[in-house]
Amino acid sequence: MNARDIMLGRLRAAAPKASAGCGELDRRIDDHFNARRAARSASELAQSLQAAMTASHAEVWQASRSAWPALLAQQLGAHGVRRLLLDTAGAEGAALAQALPPEIQAWPFAHPLEAWKSELFNSIDAGFTVARSGIAATGTLVLAPDAGTPRTVSLVPPLHVALVYANTLHADLHAAAQAERWRDGMPTNLVLVSGPSKTSDIQQTLAYGAHGPRRMWVIIVTDDVTE
Amino acid sequence: MSTTPLHFVPPSDFRARAKSALDDPKLRKSFRGAMDFLQTKRSAQFPDGDELEQLRDLGEAIRQHALANLPDLLVQLEAKLQAAGVQVHWAATAQEANEIILRIAQARQAKRIIKGKSMASEEIELNHYLEERGVACLESDMGEYIVQMAGEKPSHIVMPAIHKTRGEIGELFEKNIPDSPYTEDVDTLIQTGRRALRQAFVDADIGLSGVNFAAADTGTLWLVENEGNGRLSTTVPDTHIAIMGLEKVVAKLEHIVPLSNLLTRSATGQAITTYFNLISGPRRPGELDGPREVHLVLLDNGRTQAYADEQLRATLQCIRCGACMNHCPVYSRIGGHAYGTTYPGPIGAIISPHLLGLETTADLTTASTLCGACGEVCPVRIPIPQLLVRLRTEANRNPEEQVEHPLRGQGAKFSRGERLVWRFWSGAFARPAVYRLFRWAATRLRALTPSQQLGWTKYRAPLKPAPRSLADLMRERERR
Repeated sequence: MNARDIMLGRLRAAAPKASAGCGELDRRIDDHFNARRAARSASELAQSLQAAMTASHAEVWQASRSAWPALLAQQLGAHGVRRLLLDTAGAEGAALAQALPPEIQAWPFAHPLEAWKSELFNSIDAGFTVARSGIAATGTLVLAPDAGTPRTVSLVPPLHVALVYANTLHADLHAAAQAERWRDGMPTNLVLVSGPSKTSDIQQTLAYGAHGPRRMWVIIVTDDVTE
Repeated sequence: MSTTPLHFVPPSDFRARAKSALDDPKLRKSFRGAMDFLQTKRSAQFPDGDELEQLRDLGEAIRQHALANLPDLLVQLEAKLQAAGVQVHWAATAQEANEIILRIAQARQAKRIIKGKSMASEEIELNHYLEERGVACLESDMGEYIVQMAGEKPSHIVMPAIHKTRGEIGELFEKNIPDSPYTEDVDTLIQTGRRALRQAFVDADIGLSGVNFAAADTGTLWLVENEGNGRLSTTVPDTHIAIMGLEKVVAKLEHIVPLSNLLTRSATGQAITTYFNLISGPRRPGELDGPREVHLVLLDNGRTQAYADEQLRATLQCIRCGACMNHCPVYSRIGGHAYGTTYPGPIGAIISPHLLGLETTADLTTASTLCGACGEVCPVRIPIPQLLVRLRTEANRNPEEQVEHPLRGQGAKFSRGERLVWRFWSGAFARPAVYRLFRWAATRLRALTPSQQLGWTKYRAPLKPAPRSLADLMRERERR
């Protein structure tokens, strides 16, 4: 017998014969979170996201659809960013690339990681991502990395810049998983990010920039909010 | 504290190690401070008592549902992961798990493994096993990195270096990391660790991680962390190996929502950690990063023994938050190293006997005041005190006694003399005439009570029967 048969055999010998379905449990989970969730407007959710992310040490701005590229370009310039990783094929990436001052180079993620791993780790100052959505209660962005914006864009550069539309915000994680129907299938990688990388592993003292980005900037785009 | 490497310190040395830990004021101060800190942070996360209790009910129900359906869920998880291109391996023992991982490494001619945090890999002594066979494993979680550098094992399942002061870490870094002068500044120390590990992520052939939860319906591995080292380990190297205890699967992805909520709040007092990393397969065509190969090793290593018994199965509800140890008066005084096991504290005392057998772990079940704090804080309501009592019973059971689900090491503490004393005691109590005779003799012959009474008199005054029994006194009072 192989290990699989041995393990499953032991478990099957002891498992209850009539196993319970999930229906009742699912309802209890939904009831728990639904009962604690107040109806809130997109701008209230944006306020809440901003407060929670700021508490997690991220810097957060709210800006309109037309104003954010200039605001971000100015911030990037002021903080000495020279090489910015972004997907110029995407609408947001293209808009930002256009607004960048000449001293900031827009770098697309043009090759597979292994072709330029060292360069990515050692010479890119910042990575720009567009979040799929956000979670107001915990100050969390939902990132679904893809071919244009792979996983390492939000992970390797010391500064992670993320954009999220206010009209994509959910109240909490339960609402996000429900509304986006995560149960129907997941991408190879979905990442929930709540601030810059941190650790308290040395004498319970909080320090940022443990391995991932030391700083995180978030732009909440509020233009097309309908109250 | 001893600087001797802690590899393979047997848990049977528990009593001696507990004593030396109690004699170490620096260690006691470290743990007292850390436990107070973690208790305060956890309690601040649960201001609403009703919400906490309801969430605990949910957590318990989700874990019990998953355990009730465990074999089917594992098969479902395996099928889902395989369909997404993940290779699933089953390991009945620690040895098998190590061999599987070595085979994967050898097939890729891998020499360097970078590890995210994984208690399951600690449990199987993976680093040691691979290093002996020419594959270097570097821990990248900052706490794990520190204890690995010190030649130690984690002393806490969530905060591995909780026993170390910043000064000790400053000395370690100065000695082991080039160009890092001694400092006690935590930001500087973290940046030094970051710098030292950064290149290791680039150079590693394989990234290895644990798994916090696995969803059977979507085939998703859910990893919880703050540092980003878990994401780097599972993203940058070409191969990712995840290892998880077989109990970590749940039926649905959405069941993980309340569990993750309970986990982060109970463990470190955070509403959420910096990263929730949800992995559902290797890099697909067109994607430019992420591992090209993902493996999952499902580990038994004694878990099916706990599963076989209906009461002990509750052990497997654990979500590894560490709240039980943070609130345990024993753990907070002796620290995690005294236990000599991968999982210390109350959860360690109930899981280790299944992983290692009662022969070496029977003493751990007595490392509890049974005050109930561990059971009270457990976010998934594991009845830890009852399980401790049950394991004590199994350790004291006659090894020859036939029982339905014998535990490995049954009877490790069995003593015929003790059994005889208890038998006499219960026999005397059950028969009024015998009890009266015993009482009469005990009160009259009290002068013969020995002054040395085994372990009791080590710390306490000798027990001596009263000159007159309560029954006699009551009778006299009624006569008046």
